Amino acid sequence: MSATSSTIVNLPDQKTATLPKRNYLNNEDGLLSWLFTGDHKRIAILYLISITFFFFIGGAFAGLIRLELLTPQPDLVASDTYNKFFSMHGIIMVFLFLVPSVPATLGNFLMPIMIGAKDLAFPKVNLLSWYLYWVGGLFTLAALVLGGVDTGWTFTTPLSTHYLNTHVVTAAVGIFIIGFSSIFTGLNFIVTIHRMRAPGMTWFRLPLFVWSNYAASLLMVLGTPVLAITLVLVALERTIGIGVFDPTKGGDPLLFQHLFWFYSHPAVYIMILPGMGVISEVISTFSRKRVFGYTAVAFSSVAIALFGFFVWAHHMFIMGVSNYSALVFSLLTMLVAVPSAIKIFNWAFTLQKGSITFETPMLYAFGFMGLFTIGGMTGVFLGALGMDIHLTETYFIVAHFHFVMVGGMLMAFLSGIHFWWPKMTGRMYPESLSKLAAVTTFIGFNLTFLPQFILGYLGMPRRYHAYPPEFQVLNVLSTAGATVLGVGYMLPLLYLGWSLKYGAIAGNNPWQATGLEWQIQSPPLTENFIEVPVVDHEAYDYEWLAHKTEQEVTTVG
Amino acid sequence: MIVATRPHTHETAQPEEHAHVALPQHRHHFETQEQQREAATFGMWLFLLTEIMFFGGLFFSYLLYRNWYYDAFVAASNQLSVPLGGTNTAVLITSGFCMAIAVWAAEVKKKGLLVVTLILTMLFGCIFIGIKYDEYHEKWEKHHIPGEHFDVAEFVNPHAYGLKEAPLAPDAAKKTQIFFSLYFAMTGLHALHMIIGLGILVWLTLRAHRGDFTAGYVAPIENFALYWHFVDIVWLFLFPLLYLINRHPV
Ligand code: HEM
Ligand SMILES: [Cu+2]
Repeated sequence: MSATSSTIVNLPDQKTATLPKRNYLNNEDGLLSWLFTGDHKRIAILYLISITFFFFIGGAFAGLIRLELLTPQPDLVASDTYNKFFSMHGIIMVFLFLVPSVPATLGNFLMPIMIGAKDLAFPKVNLLSWYLYWVGGLFTLAALVLGGVDTGWTFTTPLSTHYLNTHVVTAAVGIFIIGFSSIFTGLNFIVTIHRMRAPGMTWFRLPLFVWSNYAASLLMVLGTPVLAITLVLVALERTIGIGVFDPTKGGDPLLFQHLFWFYSHPAVYIMILPGMGVISEVISTFSRKRVFGYTAVAFSSVAIALFGFFVWAHHMFIMGVSNYSALVFSLLTMLVAVPSAIKIFNWAFTLQKGSITFETPMLYAFGFMGLFTIGGMTGVFLGALGMDIHLTETYFIVAHFHFVMVGGMLMAFLSGIHFWWPKMTGRMYPESLSKLAAVTTFIGFNLTFLPQFILGYLGMPRRYHAYPPEFQVLNVLSTAGATVLGVGYMLPLLYLGWSLKYGAIAGNNPWQATGLEWQIQSPPLTENFIEVPVVDHEAYDYEWLAHKTEQEVTTVG
Repeated sequence: MIVATRPHTHETAQPEEHAHVALPQHRHHFETQEQQREAATFGMWLFLLTEIMFFGGLFFSYLLYRNWYYDAFVAASNQLSVPLGGTNTAVLITSGFCMAIAVWAAEVKKKGLLVVTLILTMLFGCIFIGIKYDEYHEKWEKHHIPGEHFDVAEFVNPHAYGLKEAPLAPDAAKKTQIFFSLYFAMTGLHALHMIIGLGILVWLTLRAHRGDFTAGYVAPIENFALYWHFVDIVWLFLFPLLYLINRHPV
């Protein structure tokens, strides 16, 4: 046992410790055993590698965008190339990174273990959804290689159907397929949570990470098909001209907006809810308290999911929805902020009087809380009709959703990756480097996106590749910030890779956390549990844990 | 692998003796056969929920445009053949009935009946697709397929074509194209589901012939029946919506 004063890290004696002889990583050998695996943990690793790959491609485009915007003149690339840059950036980041990020990696790995199951309900469907992810991803990359897409990630008609001569159909097919990947993940999660909980694992003993993934899965299952059908219509309109969105044939482009945002507003919650689940786990562990208002936090996830379906038209305030409906949607939008705020307040209360330690996952979690709060509050500004009309389609929007999605979701993702890294690999990451990365990311992020709020307020429109010279200072700051941010993201890639071979042996429960996943060996056995665990305590019951460690944990292989 | 001593869910009671006899289809990660069956059924229901949302976008669009371009939609829907659509409705209901018997046959382990009813289901499914093809073909010949070659002459000047319809202004007549777009999108999507279903039926029939489903493992048959009934039900909405409501109000 070794524990320093400011940490709770509880590692085994490094001189004698070894990884468990038999675990899910070495259970079978060879590439094929991975490509045909039914093990949710291996599929999670496959996803992790794939998602990281796409993240860095999407990131490269972000770099190019910021490079172009370094100077007011359009000197790096022509405007149509620039359009392709931001379109590919958006499409890849939203559909190939943010949507699957936490559910398909951490969720896949942990959710069955957290509820005491041996696997997800449908392992083959799980593997299929990874393959669908890649087929869709390859279509998207093909669209890129063949000449790009310049509609932005929103595929707005009639731009996408009539005016552009690029590979919209290829990309739409790609996203259609990725959509099925996401539907299958959601479906698998819901069935697993309903049907495969261990004895004693009641709904209100579920870890909050499970709750939030449950809510996100509901959205995946209900929302994604609407996006799918919308993209089918776009593709049909482009190829054979069916005219559903074409005013010259009696169609209406506004219909596209309704259908698209009916999915895509809930989709932003598909992106953020699982991240909120990660934050609940991390905050509880590193303040050693049950999450304050557990039930409220659990229900707020479901509330966010349900309300999310009734606010889509706030993306359409300037597109000709009637005044009355704009008013109603404005009000409903404010309502969604309530369950989000419930979470923030409950996390804050959890921290209060907790014995807080500042491990790397906790640093990222603090980053999440600060940045998500700013993102959420600016969302409320935007929900207010008058404000929105001034700020929409400016850099203010860009800053708002980057604060939520990059400042929120990505922070949560990194927090979770660090938190469960010892469980997934059996090894620790290097302490000081990881803290450096967390701080770098936070600084880089703020430097990149805070100036964009001001730019937007001053009136710089989004999606332009040139701008008036008076905006240059803020843009230079933003580009500098993006560089720092890039370094912040590269660091984990390097040191986590390093730790696979050289990291300290982690033992079963380095954080002395309470979840079922920490009561089994690291890395786990293929079948997770030797015996089905029987759960007799609430989630985050640290007294139970103190009692338990003395008796030696029974479910270790 | 060590066999657990407790049932995995607290909802299900202690499994009965025979549940311990592991069937070859039993997957390792389920504690009991019963749990596996429940999970599969639940998964199927959820999948059908996504299907409802999938069709929902189209239904929404249809109702919206129908409201806007009422006259054009009435005129266009009069072009659809009620006898053909009606026959297809009957055909589909019969096929659904055969499928229901198939489920029963699997449950009472009558292999011969199961195979026969699956084949009958398939047969009626094929008839449906055949009639659908005929209807599409007729639209093709009349240039009522949306796109470049779409022809509104019949709606602008119905009397010249021997129709009793009230003529539409050229502008309004153009909107009939939206009707046909949605008609093809909705019935096409429905037909696609049928074709996928027929493919699965072939596979199920082969397995039924091998005796896979008459030894106590009926989940695939049950779940496929859910799917097939769902496809029937979608048609039961499509038929009145596209073919029947407000026909010939002139
Ligand atoms: C706290 C609750 C939130 C509120 C009240 C809110 C409100 C809004 C509003 C009103 C807009 C429309 C701005 C416009 O186009 O004029 C908007 C845009 C956006 N929001 Fe949020 N939002 C919230 C949370 C989120 C979350 C959690 C995410 C993602 C994880 C997100 C991502 C986005 C994106 C991507 C856009 C831009 C869409 C586009 O125009 O391309 N928002 N938000
Ligand atoms: Cu929204």
